[in-house]
Amino acid sequence: MGKVIEQGTVISCNEISSGIFDLRISLPQICSLAKCGQFVEVYPDNGVNLLPRPISICEISGESLRLVFQVVGKGTELFSKLKAGDKIRVLGPCGNGYPEIEAEKYILVGGGIGVPPLLETAKKLAPKGNVSVYLGFRSGSILTDEFKKLTSEVYVATDDGSEGFKGNVVQLMEEKGAFGDVIFACGPKIMLKFLSEYGLKKGIETYVSMEERMACGIGACVGCVLKIKDGSGFLNKKVCKDGPVFNSKEVIWE
Amino acid sequence: MIDTRVKIAGVEFKNPVTTASGTFASGREFSDFVDLNQLGAVTVKGVAAKPWVGNDAPRIAEVYGGMLNSVGLQNPGVEYFIKEDIPFLRGFDTKIIVNVCGHTIDQYVRCVERLAEADVDMLELNISCPNVTEGGMAFGTDCKMIEKVVSEVKKRAKQPLIVKMTPNVTDITETSKAAEAAGADALSMINTLTGMKIDIKRRKPVLANCVGGMSGPAVKPVAVRMVWQSAKAVKIPIIGMGGISCGEDAIEFIMAGATMVAVGTANFFNPRATVEVVEGIKSFMEENGVKNLSEIRGII
Repeated sequence: MGKVIEQGTVISCNEISSGIFDLRISLPQICSLAKCGQFVEVYPDNGVNLLPRPISICEISGESLRLVFQVVGKGTELFSKLKAGDKIRVLGPCGNGYPEIEAEKYILVGGGIGVPPLLETAKKLAPKGNVSVYLGFRSGSILTDEFKKLTSEVYVATDDGSEGFKGNVVQLMEEKGAFGDVIFACGPKIMLKFLSEYGLKKGIETYVSMEERMACGIGACVGCVLKIKDGSGFLNKKVCKDGPVFNSKEVIWE
Repeated sequence: MIDTRVKIAGVEFKNPVTTASGTFASGREFSDFVDLNQLGAVTVKGVAAKPWVGNDAPRIAEVYGGMLNSVGLQNPGVEYFIKEDIPFLRGFDTKIIVNVCGHTIDQYVRCVERLAEADVDMLELNISCPNVTEGGMAFGTDCKMIEKVVSEVKKRAKQPLIVKMTPNVTDITETSKAAEAAGADALSMINTLTGMKIDIKRRKPVLANCVGGMSGPAVKPVAVRMVWQSAKAVKIPIIGMGGISCGEDAIEFIMAGATMVAVGTANFFNPRATVEVVEGIKSFMEENGVKNLSEIRGII
């Protein structure tokens, strides 16, 4: 509840890495409602690609909503070409963000294009406790400098060793002996699966932000389901409405 | 003054616009964007006698001018529906149409019997879902099966019965006549067209279920044609749907012979589509001197 459809005005759209764009849109109403870990639905509105694209919120600054996304198909390609002053229809905020948990030490773990939503999360948590950030990429990195402004504990892993630790982000956490009260994460499913095992092993509550193909984004179509443990069986929960953040212990990792 | 009221099987609707089952849940998710009081009826997502878990994800694929889905009628069951959704919907001045699904005739019957005392206005029998292996479309493509399931359900139904038809047949007039002969009070059409999309990079179908049901603006001409053919073949009213996203689309269906229309996939790309269709119909009537929709119904 408490969602709006808003016609936003593009403030800027820049390519910050190959195929990755930083889009800022003036959306006063959505910004006043949104919190970290939520997402918005962005409509292509080109008459051909009808369904809205779910994109996680990277940062909320006053009336400016920042989305950092990767071009993966026709919709995101269209968004990558937006220019200052262009209008774009956005629905949000969608989903439940990361839970509000009081802790002394937070661990944020991001992988690839799952890194952006952790920036707003880091911004919100930095004044409340100690925040350490572990970021994993295939090659190079994005947003690292912005995380460094919020906390001194920012660690980067790359598959090709081009930056930071050579290997994946969970291996980096093993190496550093990452420990805290709670983990908030977003990234590819395989990374989240290994992270879930790490959290279990170390006894750290782990919350993961999941992704699935969606139609409506508001819980009506029941398209974006994820298998969640239910006794000895499972329930198909909606990623858009029941998630996108789930306790990793509840997820059935396939 | 225009009069948008329509009547089906003795039930009066303030306007001819409802929702296509499965695209609007029970309306709760849309109440941020839509005043449900403005709708003729809400047709809810399919309910079964027991909860259904549905198909594996991915369940959604976008296609040119539309989409594919293979949700597989996931639903929390009729008990949940009666307890949670009917009281919610009765808070609004709109009619309730319940879509009923089943894998077997017995399951349809049990669900309808449970709804007999429930406060709902009409039933819609879903014998046209392409995403379930038993029941669904398997019933809706065979005239003998249609007659069997519709007559069994009709015997127990306390509310008027709509039968939802599949477009995946050679001759929609034959299946329509079979449903009418078995006692249907109205027909709704079309459910989705079976379709498929392949991810050529992964060399796999996009949908976990391989095939799914296609809907959206791209299917509208098929739906209009089927409503037009069916309206000439049966005497019972038709609720037309398939790709409706604006008032003009709805008027096409009414001219083809539909008494009511349903907005489906448009809800996903424009959550305000239902009320915009209502407004669009009113504008068309005012601009074209149509006082009552019966003046243009089935004029083609």
